Amino acid sequence: MARYVLRRLLTAIPTLFFIVTLSFFLLRVAPGGPFSQERGLSPEVKANLERVYQLDAPLWRQYLSYLSDLLHGNFGPSYNLPDFTVADLFRVGLPVSIQLGASALLLALIIGSVLGIIAALRQNRGVDYAVVALATAGSTIPTFVIAPLYQLVFALTLAWVPVAGWGGGALINKIGPVLTLALPQIAIVARLMRGSMIEALRANHIRTARSLGLTSFAVVVKHALRGAVLPIISYAGPAAAALLTGSVVVETVFAIPGVGRYFVDAALNRDYTLVMGTVVLIAVFVIVFNLLVDVAYALVDPRVRYE
Amino acid sequence: MSDVAVDATPTRIAKGRSLWTDAWRRLRANRAAVVSAVYLVMMTLACLVGPLLTGHAYTTIYNDYVRVPPSLSPYPQPDQVEAALTDAARRMRVDLVSWKLEDGRVTAAIGATRPIDPRALRYLDRSSSFKDSRVETTTPDGLGMTLSATVAEHHFLFGTDNTGRDLLTRTLIAGRVSLAIGLLAGLTAVVIGVIYGATAGYLGGRVDDVMMRFVDVLYSLPFIFLVIMLVVFFGRNFVLMFIAVGAVQWLDMARIVRGQALSIRRQEFVQAALAMGVSPFGILWRHVVPNTLGPVAVYMTLLVPQVILLESFLSYLGLGVQEPLTSWGVLIAQGAKNIPSANWLLLFPSIFLTSTLFALNFLGDGLRDALDPRDR
Amino acid sequence: MSGFRFKPLMLAALMLGIASLPAAAEMIYNRGNSADPESLDPHKTSTIYEAHILRDLFEGLVMQDATSGLIPGVAESWTLSPDGKVYTFKVRSDAKWSNGEPVTADDFVYSFRRLEDPATGAEYASMLYVVKNGEEVNTGKAKPDTLGVRAVDPKTLEITLKSPTPYFLEMLTHQATYPVNKASIDALGAEWVKPGKLVSNGPFTLAEFIPNDHIRLVKNPQFHAAGEVKLDAVNYIPTEDRSTAIKRYEGGELDSNDDLPTEQLADLKAKFGDQVKIGPYLGTYYYAIKTDKAPWTNPKLRRAISLLIDRDFLAEKVWQNSMLPAYSMVPPGIEGYTPAEADYAEMSPLDREDEAKKILAEFGYGPDTPLKLEIRYNTSENHKNTAVAIQEQLKPFGIDVSLINTDTKTHYGLLEQKGNYDFARGGWIADYKDPESFLGISRKASGNNYSNFNDLDFEKLMDEAAGAGGDPKARMQKLAEAEKILVDQLGNMPLLYYSYHSIVSPKLKGWEPNVMDVHPSRFISK
Repeated sequence: MARYVLRRLLTAIPTLFFIVTLSFFLLRVAPGGPFSQERGLSPEVKANLERVYQLDAPLWRQYLSYLSDLLHGNFGPSYNLPDFTVADLFRVGLPVSIQLGASALLLALIIGSVLGIIAALRQNRGVDYAVVALATAGSTIPTFVIAPLYQLVFALTLAWVPVAGWGGGALINKIGPVLTLALPQIAIVARLMRGSMIEALRANHIRTARSLGLTSFAVVVKHALRGAVLPIISYAGPAAAALLTGSVVVETVFAIPGVGRYFVDAALNRDYTLVMGTVVLIAVFVIVFNLLVDVAYALVDPRVRYE
Repeated sequence: MSDVAVDATPTRIAKGRSLWTDAWRRLRANRAAVVSAVYLVMMTLACLVGPLLTGHAYTTIYNDYVRVPPSLSPYPQPDQVEAALTDAARRMRVDLVSWKLEDGRVTAAIGATRPIDPRALRYLDRSSSFKDSRVETTTPDGLGMTLSATVAEHHFLFGTDNTGRDLLTRTLIAGRVSLAIGLLAGLTAVVIGVIYGATAGYLGGRVDDVMMRFVDVLYSLPFIFLVIMLVVFFGRNFVLMFIAVGAVQWLDMARIVRGQALSIRRQEFVQAALAMGVSPFGILWRHVVPNTLGPVAVYMTLLVPQVILLESFLSYLGLGVQEPLTSWGVLIAQGAKNIPSANWLLLFPSIFLTSTLFALNFLGDGLRDALDPRDR
Repeated sequence: MSGFRFKPLMLAALMLGIASLPAAAEMIYNRGNSADPESLDPHKTSTIYEAHILRDLFEGLVMQDATSGLIPGVAESWTLSPDGKVYTFKVRSDAKWSNGEPVTADDFVYSFRRLEDPATGAEYASMLYVVKNGEEVNTGKAKPDTLGVRAVDPKTLEITLKSPTPYFLEMLTHQATYPVNKASIDALGAEWVKPGKLVSNGPFTLAEFIPNDHIRLVKNPQFHAAGEVKLDAVNYIPTEDRSTAIKRYEGGELDSNDDLPTEQLADLKAKFGDQVKIGPYLGTYYYAIKTDKAPWTNPKLRRAISLLIDRDFLAEKVWQNSMLPAYSMVPPGIEGYTPAEADYAEMSPLDREDEAKKILAEFGYGPDTPLKLEIRYNTSENHKNTAVAIQEQLKPFGIDVSLINTDTKTHYGLLEQKGNYDFARGGWIADYKDPESFLGISRKASGNNYSNFNDLDFEKLMDEAAGAGGDPKARMQKLAEAEKILVDQLGNMPLLYYSYHSIVSPKLKGWEPNVMDVHPSRFISK
């Protein structure tokens, strides 16, 4: 196992390299640049700006210079927010997004799993239908609907919570964003858990245990759970990577200073360095979480073996 | 060795039941699934045929009815007639002196400081509230005129949107787009994802590694950027939308299927098949894939909503279906921004979307239950 | 005697009472600003969102008061030479940087040179192109020290212009011309703009800057008019999502916001009454027409389209009266200038339609032989609604409009490269109160001339206007004539005049409506 992990980490390096290269060139091919805007620039000013940001050098030279900066840990200044380096922006935003994402993920995994297990154990009865209905509703309502509704009801009508803002990380400011993020995930996890739990409960060894009279709730759940949890783990990996790197809708509607908005804004603004920063960030998260998922597979299911 | 003689007389050969027939029968017995299937068919029909029946085109703008709430009674409502007349008078550059309404026909006296151009009547007709207008009388000096027109009635059962277009028709048209994108992209994602994931999981080892690394790479690309690229190279068409969305969604499916395949390939029946000399492809097709169908079916019923929502997110960013076409996601995104002042903009498209997705889910559940090979 | 100890109890109660009295409350203004600034370095500025913040942090030679009228800033007085080319500014003696050092004429010399220096890459370097050698320095043809700015002595600044420019003082209110502190930049490099380190000379200093969260400015005790500044702190809160901004305002989290979701205007006015502030703003919303692409090369065809567009509907219904119909490129509101309107501004819509139909028929277009037209716009609810409305308006006349919506960068990227399009949406906001700001963009050489408009008469008149700086009336006359040509030839097709739409709490005093939408926090109190 240790060798496997090591091997995966080593192969992560060329993967990252490939991702960075591909993104770099894809970015430059896109129409429009960081300085295309409503007030167009006079040709001289444009030339000056391009010189300052080294956009007038041939593409391969820009690429190499970016690579060497990257290897020294320098992501460069943001093009559209030149007062800040990309590292500055991440230093401020990442902890925020991680806090919200981790809370949402935890909530989703716990509540979703519990709901899914209950539904599976009471399959085709009232509780099951209720859970399925709620889960369906939860996964069909988009975040950009939940968020304003939450604001309308809890912030404006009831005035229990603020409308928006991070408030320096106050708990009361986090409720809205976390709930909005978590709701669709709870729904998805509940359905996945229900589905795979139902299957696991039908497995031979469970039926054997039941037929032998070992109907203890905990025993059945514990054994079935082992098999049922695999799709959840598969799902949780990429979900974690996505949640921890923030959601653009939640951050925009709730005015949260996270990094999620950068994924969209930077791309739309052609902020080259910031986009590259987000690419590297998400690549690292995805690689790490995928590795964790694969390790978890092996731990949970002894039939899974890695050479 | 038994020495029972083989009975040579032909007997009626019992018709065998294949697995798929079994599955079909189970599906039909599932009440919720059947109801859902029927609902989906009706929804599809409504979206295909409905727009032709509502009496409105989905692009027609009603100048007088921008952002009006839904109503069972026709527009213009009695208190709006005067406002519509005054509006029309203003455009004609005349003053409204008096008016009366009788049997659905309105008669108005107008006056001006300069001779009134008889063509001014066109404005009355142009107005969404009136039609069949004609000049009744004209004063000799041309400074006054009496006009009459029929009050043109329009029903806006779902109200109108921010531009003055009938929401019911637009919701139905949006359904065409959303359903098409959802099903096409979802199918694309499933087909690619299942084949890819099953192959990777079954073959394992180096091949699995490489295939999954490729998945990682694609995952790590900023999705929005990929879409902008596609938009640049292929232009803004509809097919592009579901390629872009399908291209991203198959990744999740592949991961899940691969996970299942990894554990399935160690099971005895696969080992047995191998021992019997079945080809890897045969094993994939007959054993691995059917056994992954359970979680795949469930995930697919989660996938179609995701696809539709993803498409709405793209439209929200300006990269989706072009005006005047629309989709449920677009309508909902706009509607969400207009609460609490125009709730109907959110309510109706949401009901359509949610009910359709509910139906898809129950159908998917039914499919999963029906295809589950262990349920005998 | 034991028992109830009265005295300490009373003392305790008294102290509790005192402690619960509200502390001398800090006057804090929570100011909604649609976006974060791109940079707080005045030389790297480019958007109006920065302008508001920089106006509070810095003070230029001249500034604007609460109604955007010109007032002395660092310069307490100035004189103009008889030939109109040399300004001499007298720097006030009590002008200080936030670190206590005096502001001198040399600070301005340094700052202006830095603005024009190509190495700075300033987007608004063109603000000083009217200064002698400004353009030459910025294009690398001359060295920064040849710029026509000179410190006669530490309290006297002399600026030499290329030619008489009546609107030069207005240009000096622009944030790109604010002074920056040389010592600070030399010592800290790119870090000089960071909170706590930023040395500025305006009514406020920078205390915090958390991107996407808030920017906190606190009162600058070193400011020469600090006694008049009533606010203790201003929080600029970026509010990209307009609907959320309104909700935050309603919840009391914002005291004002600089923008509103205009499609909800009717409901907002009903709910908030006169807290909603709408008024004319110096800006024009227009469609650029690719004048060198067939069939748009013919001005008559362009005119036909313009005749058919119902601007009243756009203004009233699509923009809910937050915009006004526009028939000229320069909006009204500039003193001493009457915009040149198109002749059909007063025509009845019926006459316009009839004329348009005739023109279309002349070219062979009609409902059976439709004219194809593609309108491009950048993503926004209002741009979309405008384009959709126009699409419907043109349909009955046999004009087949298709719409292409792209994100803002792609949109302007295409326009900059003079790509392939028919009509494209554009907007222009005045940098300074002068018609030249609106007409200059249609000059052949301008980078903003998306239409590729190239009219010899227009160019001639613009040149003549530039040369008539010494005679403001004659100059305005020439500009009006130039505008008439632009409007008749439809180099750009103006559709609507901008308005500002803000929402302001009745608790705020000193927020005065004005056509430049300028509201320095210096004059605001709660």
